[in-house]
Amino acid sequence: MWRRSASFVVDKRYYQHDELPLAMDPQNPNPNPNPNANPLSAYYLTRAEHHAVVTSDWLAQAQAAVGRHPSPPPPPETIAGGGGGKERGFGVIDEFNYWRKKPDLAEAVAAIMALAAVIRSSEATTMMELEIELKTASDTLKSWDTTSISLSAGCDLFMRYVTRTSALEYEDFDAAKRRLIERGEKFGEISLKARRTIAMLCQDFIFDGCTILVHGFSRVVLEVLKLAASNRKLFRVLCTEGRPDRTGLRFSNELSALGVPVKLLIDSAVAYAMDEVDMVFVGADGIVESGGIINMMGTYQIALVAHSMNKPVYVAAESYKFARMYPLDQKDLAPALRPIEFGVPIPPGVEVEKSARDYTPPQYLTLLFTDLGALTPSVVSDELIQLYL
Amino acid sequence: MDHRRVPRAVIDPKVRQVLVVTPPIPRPSHPRPARLRRRPPLRPIPVPTPTLTLTLTSPLRRRRRDAALVPVGSYNPSEPLLGTPPMTSPSSRADADLNFSDDAPSPPWIGRTGGGKVASSFPGSSGEMMAAAKNLPKSDLTTASVVKTLPGVSETNKGALVEMQADGIGATGSQKQKTTKAERRAIQEAQRAAKAAAKEAGGVKSAAASTGEVLAASKQAKAVKSPSQKKDGPQVTAPVSSSEKKVGDRLPEKDRKKDVPHPRMQFDDINRVEKAKRRAVVNQSEARNRVELFRHLPQYEHGTQLPDLEAKFFHLDPLHPSVYKVGLQYLSGDIHGGNARCIAMLLAFREAINDYSTPPKKSLVRDLTAKVSSYVSFLIECRPLSISMGNAIRFLKNRIAKLPHTMSELEAKSSLQSDIDRFINEKIVLADKIIVRHAFAKIRDGDVLLTYGSSSVVEMMLVYAHEQGKQFRVVIVDSRPKLEGQALLHRLVKKGLNCTYTHINAVSYIMHEVTRVFLGASSILSNGTVYSRVGTACVAMVAHSFRVPVLICCEAYKFHERVQLDSICSNELGDPDVIAKVSGRKDLNHLSNCVDNENLQLLNLMYDVTPSDYVSMIITDYGMLPPTSVPVIVREYRREQLWI
Repeated sequence: MWRRSASFVVDKRYYQHDELPLAMDPQNPNPNPNPNANPLSAYYLTRAEHHAVVTSDWLAQAQAAVGRHPSPPPPPETIAGGGGGKERGFGVIDEFNYWRKKPDLAEAVAAIMALAAVIRSSEATTMMELEIELKTASDTLKSWDTTSISLSAGCDLFMRYVTRTSALEYEDFDAAKRRLIERGEKFGEISLKARRTIAMLCQDFIFDGCTILVHGFSRVVLEVLKLAASNRKLFRVLCTEGRPDRTGLRFSNELSALGVPVKLLIDSAVAYAMDEVDMVFVGADGIVESGGIINMMGTYQIALVAHSMNKPVYVAAESYKFARMYPLDQKDLAPALRPIEFGVPIPPGVEVEKSARDYTPPQYLTLLFTDLGALTPSVVSDELIQLYL
Repeated sequence: MDHRRVPRAVIDPKVRQVLVVTPPIPRPSHPRPARLRRRPPLRPIPVPTPTLTLTLTSPLRRRRRDAALVPVGSYNPSEPLLGTPPMTSPSSRADADLNFSDDAPSPPWIGRTGGGKVASSFPGSSGEMMAAAKNLPKSDLTTASVVKTLPGVSETNKGALVEMQADGIGATGSQKQKTTKAERRAIQEAQRAAKAAAKEAGGVKSAAASTGEVLAASKQAKAVKSPSQKKDGPQVTAPVSSSEKKVGDRLPEKDRKKDVPHPRMQFDDINRVEKAKRRAVVNQSEARNRVELFRHLPQYEHGTQLPDLEAKFFHLDPLHPSVYKVGLQYLSGDIHGGNARCIAMLLAFREAINDYSTPPKKSLVRDLTAKVSSYVSFLIECRPLSISMGNAIRFLKNRIAKLPHTMSELEAKSSLQSDIDRFINEKIVLADKIIVRHAFAKIRDGDVLLTYGSSSVVEMMLVYAHEQGKQFRVVIVDSRPKLEGQALLHRLVKKGLNCTYTHINAVSYIMHEVTRVFLGASSILSNGTVYSRVGTACVAMVAHSFRVPVLICCEAYKFHERVQLDSICSNELGDPDVIAKVSGRKDLNHLSNCVDNENLQLLNLMYDVTPSDYVSMIITDYGMLPPTSVPVIVREYRREQLWI
């Protein structure tokens, strides 16, 4: 086909332009890409760390992770460490990284916790000062990992709370500060509650005898299925493998622990299995303004297959994943890269698509379950406008 | 599609209050020529002076005064606000409902024939009625109140007055005119009372006879007539009452639809066009051979208006020269493009407000609103308003109406002027800058951007992206007859952009190498439909089928809450001659002889409608939105927009 030849050239130019650091890779004697040399997505690395199964003793690891319930309370030493003005930027990121390590905690919650820590350690004496301090902190956070949508959305959300809450202006500074910290700490609870709300919402859509296809490891989807199982619904789950970090294996493990019949598929078997599927359930890394979602690689093709076979595609995601971005196509996102192992050395001169996520346009989604309710994709923009404008 | 061609009833779409405004149906007794007669140019009539609006409008129009003021607009979004009361003194309006019969120039079939009949059923009793009213002043006859209002009038005059009243009743009843509920009830009451009085007159007659010989004698004479009249009295009133019942049934619907925008002027309605023509300042002759489907849109012979208007320059006292100038510029096409037209209009209004002084015994708010309305109707005659201009006018009128009464004239004027400045600044200039920033974020190096026609925002965006050092190529698609893209091409190439120029015929060929389509819009309607230069829909659809994202750049002040499904209902017709002739090509003259041919209908549409399915994104001053979010912006920011 000659049709898109010009844009193919354009694409190539774009890639060469954009991935200049990656072009160094082939020169590297090591066939496996070094995660430190590349601008890899910290967000996806963390996710892989939490939910991926890389080694053979994944079962033991997973069990340990499940058993590791509420972690010890936040250590005060990191907070004390963020005292110096120069060090603040580092303090925020350390704080954020500390919270991020917890597998049960969403990234946005971690971001807000980190910002709350900034407030706690702040020496500002006026609201304005505090706002500026918070702004710089959130900017450092955002620039530290540009690929994480929920990180920037969490920062935006908290900043919006700080700047828009009119009650803050009438209180004295200490009370306002206390209120903000309280809000930050409550956010973890809010996030957990949101998951429960979403699970409740989804129950009406899961019927006895249905087959559900899931993709990737989503904590919200897991919560949904957990609740359905505890409601004694009879359903079957098909799990995709979720290469390269194989999050599907982990997910199937969790489900089988609940006594839900699970079947594992390799990622390329989705179309083959779609006939017997009644609905597709996916999570989301971010919900964008068009109403589409950004999620782990492979979501788009599953949605396409499901759409062409007239199967509903449901998305379960908390409302703090709503982001003010509007990708027009797959390449319109900041690239989030991730190392991919093929087990064998890659032949020289062969490129590897390393993107960790894709964008699913709204027309392939049926409903979005959020803590604001079950929304159609077009409502997302309305909510965003009301949230941020 | 065929059903659209069915003449009147269907062309007036139901959504536009068809039930409320019934067009006056020509009486069979007054055969009207089916085709519009081309009458010799009437003498210039200045834009609404109080008497004029009153005399020209039928009772129907009087109920909806806004209609009277907005004569020749194919499209008029701001009518509810445009239609503020004309400069009528309160007294003249008050008695307007009473004396229908003495406005001479009103179409004769409206009041006279029906009214005369009804009146003729009463005259026999009118004298007695008066007498009865005099004898029984406490009776609940409604006509008695009429008598009371004019206590000094002599007996005969009273009779005449009642006759006139009856005449009016006949007119309203038989015409199914819109009157308020209370008025209708009053009329009905009056008729009932009149009937009762007529009957009573027979009974009271003997008593009345004893009061005076002469009076009695005359009554005797009339009493002979009265039985026959009693017979046909019900006959005449029966249809009246039935029609009123119908009106009564419709009433709740009317109330419900009160806030529905006023229907646009339909130019296939002969009566209305005639009336509008008589009011018109611009003297223009209708084009011949209009395409059937588009008869409801105005189309005039090109070039007929300008010389006429120029000649009239010194006779148009109610118009401010700056408004006049802008109107002429619209007419000649010197100012085009949504933003440019809107800014020019606002600046003209600003100047007019600057030179304005409130006439004695008038309030600034009312008089200025009427003034602005008259300016607007003049501008509409020059060229139909765009939706953005309608929104701007609505804003201005709102500001005028919101002026506190305590404000001095000088303060009010300066506040209005600063409001206009702010509107231009915030809603157009700044909005454009924000849109440019947003759109810039969507351009990547190596992109091929396609644009159609000439949009000011898109041009600003391209120039900005070029200045920021983005590497991209521009494809400008253009079309006959305006060839607006050539000017854009000229400016861009001069700035050093890499451009490709082609006509719309080649759009499907060029589209495969395009990565983004940027289009401007005249307006965006609340179902996400984009109303833009004709050809835009074609480009958007081709882009959609090639899976190229289509981005619409449009300021939020151009959003409108209306929904439009096709480009037929409201559109603008251009000069048909320009599509028949190709300038510079002497050999392409096949159509030169048959322009006047009855079988040839030329259609030069100005706008078309792009369904939201083909639009990937709308870039406005509130950010980047999917087309489904237009109603949110309209809902959330319309109020703010009006108030700024």
